[in-house]
Amino acid sequence: MPLAPGTSHTSDFAGRSWSEAWTEGRDTPGDCIPPSMVAPPSPPPPPPDPQFVLRGARSAVHALHFCGGAQGQGHPLLLSGQGRDLRMHVWDLAEGRNAIVDSVCLESVGFCRGSVLACGPQRWMLAMPGKGGDEVQILEMPSKTSVCSLKPEAEARPGMPMCLQLWQADSSPLPLLLAGYEDGSVALWDVSARKVCSRVACHEEPVMGLDFDSQKARGVSGSAEKALAVWSLDEQRALQVHGTHQLTNPGVADVRIRPDHRLLATAGWDHRIRVFHWRTMKPLAVLAFHSAAVHCLAFATDGLLAAGSGDQRISVWSLYPRM
Amino acid sequence: MKSRGMDPVLSTVRLTVREAVHTLSSSEDGGCIFSTLGSLKRYLGETENPALPEEQEEFARIHFSTFLRCLVGKLSPDWLELLPDGQLEELWASFFLEGPADQAFLVLMEAIEGAASPSFRLMKMARLLARFLSAGRMAAVMEGQCRQQTEPAFSLLQETLLSKVVGLPDHLGNRLQRENLAGFFPQNYFPLLGEELLQALHVVVESLRGGLDCSVSFLSQVLGKACVHGRQKELLGVLVPRLTALTQGSCLWQRVCWRLVERVPDRAMEAVLTGLVEAASGPEVLSWLLGNLVMKSKKAQFVMTQKLLFLQYRYTTPVLRSLLGYLAMDSQRRPLLIQALKELLETWGSSSAIRRAPLAQQHYISKAILVCLAHLGEAELQDCRDELLASLMAGVQSHLDSSLPAVRRLGMIVAEVASAQIHPEGPPLRFQYEEDELTRELLALATPQPAADSPSEAGPPVAPVTAETTNEEMVSSGGPQAQPEGSDSELDSDDEFVPYDMSGDTELRSSKAPVYVRDCVEALTTSENWERWEATLRALEGLIFRSPAATQEVSVELAKVLLHLEEKTGVAGFEALRQRALVAVTVTDPVRVAEYLTTQFYALNYSLRQRMDILDVLTLAAQELSRPGRRQKPPQRGPPGPGPQPGSPATPAWQAVVEERIRSKTRRVSKGSAGQGPAADPNKFNSVAGYFFFPLIQLFDRPLVTFDLLGDDQLVLGRLVHTLGALMYLSVNTMVAVPMGKALLEFVWALRFHGDIYVRQGLLSAVSSVLLSVPAERLLADLPDELLEAQSWLADVAQKDPDEDCRTLAIKALLLLEKLRDKLLPPPPP
Repeated sequence: MPLAPGTSHTSDFAGRSWSEAWTEGRDTPGDCIPPSMVAPPSPPPPPPDPQFVLRGARSAVHALHFCGGAQGQGHPLLLSGQGRDLRMHVWDLAEGRNAIVDSVCLESVGFCRGSVLACGPQRWMLAMPGKGGDEVQILEMPSKTSVCSLKPEAEARPGMPMCLQLWQADSSPLPLLLAGYEDGSVALWDVSARKVCSRVACHEEPVMGLDFDSQKARGVSGSAEKALAVWSLDEQRALQVHGTHQLTNPGVADVRIRPDHRLLATAGWDHRIRVFHWRTMKPLAVLAFHSAAVHCLAFATDGLLAAGSGDQRISVWSLYPRM
Repeated sequence: MKSRGMDPVLSTVRLTVREAVHTLSSSEDGGCIFSTLGSLKRYLGETENPALPEEQEEFARIHFSTFLRCLVGKLSPDWLELLPDGQLEELWASFFLEGPADQAFLVLMEAIEGAASPSFRLMKMARLLARFLSAGRMAAVMEGQCRQQTEPAFSLLQETLLSKVVGLPDHLGNRLQRENLAGFFPQNYFPLLGEELLQALHVVVESLRGGLDCSVSFLSQVLGKACVHGRQKELLGVLVPRLTALTQGSCLWQRVCWRLVERVPDRAMEAVLTGLVEAASGPEVLSWLLGNLVMKSKKAQFVMTQKLLFLQYRYTTPVLRSLLGYLAMDSQRRPLLIQALKELLETWGSSSAIRRAPLAQQHYISKAILVCLAHLGEAELQDCRDELLASLMAGVQSHLDSSLPAVRRLGMIVAEVASAQIHPEGPPLRFQYEEDELTRELLALATPQPAADSPSEAGPPVAPVTAETTNEEMVSSGGPQAQPEGSDSELDSDDEFVPYDMSGDTELRSSKAPVYVRDCVEALTTSENWERWEATLRALEGLIFRSPAATQEVSVELAKVLLHLEEKTGVAGFEALRQRALVAVTVTDPVRVAEYLTTQFYALNYSLRQRMDILDVLTLAAQELSRPGRRQKPPQRGPPGPGPQPGSPATPAWQAVVEERIRSKTRRVSKGSAGQGPAADPNKFNSVAGYFFFPLIQLFDRPLVTFDLLGDDQLVLGRLVHTLGALMYLSVNTMVAVPMGKALLEFVWALRFHGDIYVRQGLLSAVSSVLLSVPAERLLADLPDELLEAQSWLADVAQKDPDEDCRTLAIKALLLLEKLRDKLLPPPPP
């Protein structure tokens, strides 16, 4: 059973390699997407159906990741997000395996998912919530050595970190971390300097998910409230809120920008996935398929979108597939 | 004395003509005849050596007709072939085409009348007449009449000429029958006549410029007679556009034109004016063409201000606009417009007119009022404000009392516009009515210049769009310049991202609806939690259908709660939800709930709205019960299983798409009916129809303190009648249909002269449903007298009822009756 490792609520999903066994409805889910799924011209076409539906997870799906086949065999992929057992596992997914090779002990229970950044061959940097409720811990994998611990200044009181994203600017190799906090603010950390570069209050409620487009230096975050916040980063590494985008129902569990930086998808507590045009924030689609809150989203490199939900299903969508 | 002096000349002419006639009648020699005719041609002028003018005049005046008749008499195939190449025929015809036109025309017509029906001569003469017309000689005929001063001696000739000119298509059609030439068809002849009339008018205008006296009275008579014959379209269709162009720039032309219309005889005035009003493209044109005709001619005034406004209502809105615009254009005519407005408002407000006049006419009068108001200024309205307000208020009252929604809406629109105009300083009246084609048209009439308001309408949508785009620009350009230049606009062209339909994106309701029907009663009556209340209402219909047994335990209680339920929060679709739930309860436990509802219908202390709701629910429930195959597919909203949002009101569009896809992929072996027909199933309504029907029909004539069906509450009576008709129709094939039919026919008989159109419509459809639902044998055996009475009533309604729908319904019922009789009568023995 490739999914739902026993005690953990973490579910992983290697879409490319496992989809065949789980697919319903279509017999060969090749890498190429049938052109018939391209949206027909106006008037507004009816909302699309999912390309595939993957069932059998037997529990709510909380995290998803596409494991690219081309990314190199024998490349163990780490999927994070801690379980209630205070552990984070490292899985070996190469060649269709799904074995836990290692695990990291956590020091606090929260909703925060970790973030991984590849630093070199077989070396990753892992950001995960640390102890004390408001710290972020940076580890080097696979050695599990602690690099540093990012603790906000005492007077800031941002609350727990809710979502993390490690990234590197094109110009410098120094890793940066974007963290969304419980008080609704988003902070940019310079990991090597261990200090906050900039912090901006985006929401009234805890930030539930964020994603950053380094090409446009623009990011988006979703929270428990009814709005998405779009913010940008200028040359002085200062965050600025650009605007908010109102939604019909409150609660955004996850936001993801498509790898080609053209689409944005949000996972809603209202069971719906919303798709926006990333540059203009124009709403493009509302995908009402799940019957429980959508917890996580993932884009494949070719643009396929997967969404995992509390209804124990994973839906796979092919929207605007030309990349 | 003068003619005595000219005697020698005259006798010369007489002698020549007599000789010529003699030669023609006796000679068989072509050459001789040719030269004789040639010598006479001198008298027509236009040859190398024409005769003296006196001689020409003498010939034209006295001898020409005689001579032409003689020529007609000679016409035969042999005679024409005396000379080769049709020389003789050409010469023969030239006398008709070149001589004095009026005489030639009369002789031609006379010859055509006199010729034997299918004959060589008839065809020759007809062809000649066609040549005469195409040579433009008709204009010459009319010009001739314009030059002559009207003397008593001429009037007889003019009379004859007039009837021949206008009646030409009829005469020719009668004579030639199937051989008729295209040029004589009315649709071709009258446009030609229009051209010729115009030609004659040109001549008149020219001679007036030259200082000569002229009279257009013959032209007026031609115009009038042609219009009386119903040829306005053909004649004026040619005349009016040309006259419009001519009168636009010239006062002389305008005067001639005014005179032309003025001289039209009174009996033809209406035909001419209606034709002109319809053909004119606007008020200015009418003003150029008519001048102040309405002030000069009583008849014209009557036609323009009474007949076209009150007695006829077939004209289109542009016609109405140009008519009233014409009245408004001149200060002398404006009092007429005010007078017209007063009378229009009075008619509009009269309650008897509202009850009896056809809807189309009421609509027409309303339009006329709005156009009048658009033309009149505040100062003018001020003078007669009280009078106008009085009739307006009375009218609004009687319109709102009507049971026809269209009439009510007319009342609202006119009241809004008129009160704003007549009483601008008062608080504006506002009604709620649905916008549709009709209301938009009416409201558009109220704005004086349609051209002026179009830019302002186009204005607002532009502004937000530009604002939005600049906003977008700002967002995209406001970001850091990190992105590579150019690639952004290239890749991110929005047009490839076509948005999907997002109408299903509604607010998610979190609160839980009750799971048991019994809890719903409690939730609806006591709940302070509005979300729960709303969720209950939404879930109720499904719950009732899922648990019929549980529903039956509390059915009456639930019906009571639902009937008294009030919309406390702004729940979208509250009325529909409540109605569906009530219908579901009624369907689940028909006997008890129907009993309850029908008694409540006649109970005290209900609003009219609630009573009408009861009727609607009963009808819908009856329909549901009588629907075959009801068991197989209970009407559940939303798909089963974990589909989209539970509680989303509309069926999701993807379902339609899926069904369509399945349909297109499925090949059916037998292409009979689409899908399987509904399985045979006993009519559930059979056993309970009586519970629905009889309590409703029993008490209608007993007024309560608050509820008087035969009095003021005729709207409810109309609904009741319609409901009874529907129940009757739905109980087809049931045992109880016969007594129901009998009761219903008696009910109809009692109300047959009801003054309200909506009630009468209901009665008529009720009769039809009796005829459809009660078996034919039983109808004839049990209800023969009622049928006969109904038949005579129906025949009466079909002929005399002012409402068009009533007439149609009566005719349909009569047809059903006819069919019934055909079915029962044995086929006649061969």
